[in-house]
Amino acid sequence: MEYFLEQLINGITLGSIYGLIAIGYTMVYGIIGMINFAHGDIFMIGAMISLIAILALGLTASASFALLLLALILVLAIAMILASAFNWTVERVAYRPLRGSFRLAPLISAIGMSIVLQEFARIAQGGRPKPMQPLLSGGFELMHRTTEAGDFIVRISTIQIIVIVTTLALMALFTALITRTSLGRAQRSCEQDMKMASLLGIDVNKTISITFVMGASLAAVAGLMFFLRYGVIDFYIGFVAGVKAFTAAVLGGIGSIPGAMLGGLVIGLIEVFWSAYFSVEYKDVAAFAMLAVVLIFLPQGLLGKPEVEKV
Amino acid sequence: MASPLLTIRGVETFYGKIQALKGIDLDVNEGEIVTLIGSNGAGKSTLMMTICGTPRCRTGSIRFGEADITQTPTHEIIRLGIAQSPEGRRIFPRMSVLENLQMGAAVTDPKYFDEDLARAFKTFPILEKRQSQRGGTLSGGEQQMLAIARALMARPRLLLLDEPSLGLAPLIVKQIFEVIRELNAKQGLTVFLVEQNAFHALKLAHRAYVMVNGRITMSGTGSQLLASPEIRAAYLEGGAH
Ligand SMILES: Nc1ncnc2c1ncn2[C@@H]1O[C@H](COP(=O)(O)OP(=O)(O)OP(=O)(O)O)[C@@H](O)[C@H]1O
Ligand SMILES: [Mg+2]
Repeated sequence: MEYFLEQLINGITLGSIYGLIAIGYTMVYGIIGMINFAHGDIFMIGAMISLIAILALGLTASASFALLLLALILVLAIAMILASAFNWTVERVAYRPLRGSFRLAPLISAIGMSIVLQEFARIAQGGRPKPMQPLLSGGFELMHRTTEAGDFIVRISTIQIIVIVTTLALMALFTALITRTSLGRAQRSCEQDMKMASLLGIDVNKTISITFVMGASLAAVAGLMFFLRYGVIDFYIGFVAGVKAFTAAVLGGIGSIPGAMLGGLVIGLIEVFWSAYFSVEYKDVAAFAMLAVVLIFLPQGLLGKPEVEKV
Repeated sequence: MASPLLTIRGVETFYGKIQALKGIDLDVNEGEIVTLIGSNGAGKSTLMMTICGTPRCRTGSIRFGEADITQTPTHEIIRLGIAQSPEGRRIFPRMSVLENLQMGAAVTDPKYFDEDLARAFKTFPILEKRQSQRGGTLSGGEQQMLAIARALMARPRLLLLDEPSLGLAPLIVKQIFEVIRELNAKQGLTVFLVEQNAFHALKLAHRAYVMVNGRITMSGTGSQLLASPEIRAAYLEGGAH
């Protein structure tokens, strides 16, 4: 029972990180109908920038908790801004000029950008994995049971709390932004009919750029969280995490933001539970098998919208 | 003489190799209702969209008031004060009626929103009843009303209407034409109207143009064209009642 709860917490943490990345895939797909294959690498760039900023600030675990938290917020802001700048540039130079050409062109360009970003990180930062001593080590005991067989403890670490709370807060913020504000309406109008949106005075190119910036900010949050939680990154983490997050976006119903979050959670939970109860080697197979099963029975994904409308 | 608001000179528009507009000259003056009639495929909708810069004309010029808008980006043309209720209505299907109207008001000062919304609901009471329903689930006629209301939310100086009567019951058509007349008379709104329903359109319009195969073949006051035997034969056959 305790083991199960502990794995549940681990799964939710990992799933939150996947979900944050998946939102970037799903939003970009929603608005211009392409898969931004470089998005996973934007997540990696976010993690790298976080690492560099943490080293530059000279942060160590010996600092007080309040100071650490404050410094991490600063690190997060830097990572979000720079990752956004990267994604903005990628869209501007590699995707926008291809808009209106044949459908596969931007996809191929995206694969190219993914390689560019990976190689850039490898050349600038080296190819070896970059480990780091955990910055935040504390935690709380949620349950403590003593039996003849020994003590059973369920713990949640500080960093897990930070990951989950941040993700929840960002989800709430994003949902409000998309459903309530004029910016969100502009984005949804471009998703549904770009030409009509421009006939109502919406600057479509600007709206698309903002979407890339929003996706990149969330990926940067995920990057910092990933680094804090797992303590080691390299130039290649974007590929693996990207594929998982993309799977999560499809599983949840591509184009749907709550779907991306739900898909992320499902993938994270499957991966963690499969590793815990069956075999670590086959965790990815389990996650992708789940995707296949869901898509057979629910081709739209878990929260994809079946269309009922007159055109 | 009223000052020209929209001035179109020598406009040619292509879809790939197909030429849809073959040198259009057309004026709409401040405060006028001008209608454009013509058979299917003549190029009427193409002209409406070319005015808004999508597609862009290959040659010729388009002026709106003082500004040359031939190369202006679409969203900026709209911000200058042109609103269009386009062919096919193009309601956002997964937005509520209210959100569709909010989209119409994207270019206006938010302080006008409540007042304009109240006016839209007064003009089309059915929209108020349907305000939280998704655009895609409205009936065709309701969508048409929403498209017109949405265009009006932008407080345009020039309103472009592409077949506003399409698919509407005769009573509603009458009502919509009445609304156009009133907006023009009371608020001085300039209207450029494309219509299949030539009889109604010519009766409503101050001036009219006839388009055939991407060219303007005739123009005059609404009553002149109504009286023309050619027009009667080509566009009003059995339609005049
Ligand atoms: N997107 C497009 N691509 C290629 N050709 C087009 C396109 N849109 C219109 N055309 C062609 O341009 C010509 C003019 O079309 P347009 O829609 O402007 O006619 P219309 O006068 O509005 O007709 P209707 O009364 O049927 O609405 C037609 O021959 C049409 O086939
Ligand atoms: Mg037409």
